[in-house]
Amino acid sequence: MNKKKLRNAFNWFVLGGSTFMVCLFLGVILWDIFSKGFSSLSWNFIATFPTDGMTKGGLLPAIVGTVLLTFITTLFAVPFGVACAIYLNEYARPSILTNIIRASIRNLAGIPSIIYGLFGLALFVQALQLGTSILSAGLTLGLLSLPYIITTTEEALKRIPNSLREATLALGVTQVETIKDVVLPKALPGILTGVILTLSRAAGETAPILFTGVAFYINGVSAAANQEFMALPYHLYMLSTQHNAIEQVRPLAYGTATVLILIVFIMNIIAFYVRFKNRTQD
Amino acid sequence: MNTKKREQIDALFKNVFKATGLITIALLAGIFLMLFINSFFFFFNVSPLDFFTGSQWDPETKYSILPLLVSTSLVAMGSMIIAVPLGILTAAYLSELAPPKVQMFLKPMIEMLAAIPSVAIGFLGIVLVGPGLAHIFGIQNGLNALNGSILLAVMALPTIVTISEDAINAVPKSHREASLALGANKWETLFRVTIPAALPGLIAAIMLGLGRALGETMTVLMATGNAAAIPKGFLDSVRTITATIAIEMGEVPYQTTHYFALFAIAALLFLITLVVNFIGEYFANQLRKFHA
Repeated sequence: MNKKKLRNAFNWFVLGGSTFMVCLFLGVILWDIFSKGFSSLSWNFIATFPTDGMTKGGLLPAIVGTVLLTFITTLFAVPFGVACAIYLNEYARPSILTNIIRASIRNLAGIPSIIYGLFGLALFVQALQLGTSILSAGLTLGLLSLPYIITTTEEALKRIPNSLREATLALGVTQVETIKDVVLPKALPGILTGVILTLSRAAGETAPILFTGVAFYINGVSAAANQEFMALPYHLYMLSTQHNAIEQVRPLAYGTATVLILIVFIMNIIAFYVRFKNRTQD
Repeated sequence: MNTKKREQIDALFKNVFKATGLITIALLAGIFLMLFINSFFFFFNVSPLDFFTGSQWDPETKYSILPLLVSTSLVAMGSMIIAVPLGILTAAYLSELAPPKVQMFLKPMIEMLAAIPSVAIGFLGIVLVGPGLAHIFGIQNGLNALNGSILLAVMALPTIVTISEDAINAVPKSHREASLALGANKWETLFRVTIPAALPGLIAAIMLGLGRALGETMTVLMATGNAAAIPKGFLDSVRTITATIAIEMGEVPYQTTHYFALFAIAALLFLITLVVNFIGEYFANQLRKFHA
């Protein structure tokens, strides 16, 4: 009997211990970065340009770059992804073509982000002559985000009961009008959750923008789409590996990591909130 | 608006929606073509035999993928050795033992872990894991394969936990009840009935986690030291396929052999992740059939 108790305790320990380890990873990551990064945070850090060869000053151009970049990604990927999800959920009948589209989307989701970077370089920078610019980088991130937006949007559309569609169709409303006036408004919170989560991933991506337009330093903030730009993730990469005074800029690197993680977490919390609100309303 | 016009708009949008579906196929085909056309030009200049059997990656002169491939496999395998047991046991805890309140707390935490940008995890590899490993093993710096494996394990964990948990939850309750009715206790039921029944889903979870580890760029670029030689063990510095592309693509002149070489290694990486994802997909479908 005692042996059995011991075994039970051991099993509990193994399962609970594993879960604790996973939480510990998150805890260590956040504790290390935040405890050393918060001291760098100040109004100046967020609102000024880097100075003295990146050893002093702030992050303003990198923050603006990441925001604009995410904006371009949104403009491109959201309409495209939502349209594709509408096709798959509202129109497509089970057929070979539908299966091929679905298989393509699944495969696109599995392609490493650096390969999207290469594709963006070949397609946007070179073939379409957009150059290394925030536009090329934003479109590349858009392609990367596409499969996730399609999948999450389709999930949201699936949750809308068919009776709603049938009711409006029976009234003589066309299918597009049904989608626009009934299905999409009802699915909006679900779509929004997926879109925000996807964009928070895109904002933290580095590999796809490496060859498509990101720069270590620019000396002015501009909203021109054909310019190179600074971005938070790349800034962190450069500060922690390529800078010629790495130890000296360590506090700046911690500060950059803190700002980046905070931005991503805020986006996640907004998404959780939208999802939570939506669930409690039903 | 008259009916005819409304019907025209309806037909127009139907085609617009369909076009976006077709473009996703074109996108995958485009990526495939880009990789393979450029690789073709590479094999014009370098024989495939040298590419697959040589032992050195030394741009301008020697293009052998072997050191990069061994590095990539080593780091990814290491990450799976850490992440698979942790991930599956955590998923088992979440779905079988955790009270609802604990679940409510843990699930968002795991999503938070998934949300941390790879470059931030790579940064920790430099400032935290690297010095830690150097201290433990008494080596000069901790930027090596083990460091990469630990970080990739952290990044693959959310994928493995989430999908494994779905798989364990999908096992019908009747299986558990039958086992308990036969006198098996909670643990025997979990380890001998529920987990084996969820196995296809667990394999799918592992494969998708592995796909993520193989394709990750920034963490390995920052944390593994980037020495392009065949590693002898986990404490050697390694350089993965993804890191090689990231380091060299920015500086290589357009349409040289070196440029094409980077597309060739990307094509191989693409094929590997495709196969890994396909296996994951296959097992995920098995699970669906099994429970249908």
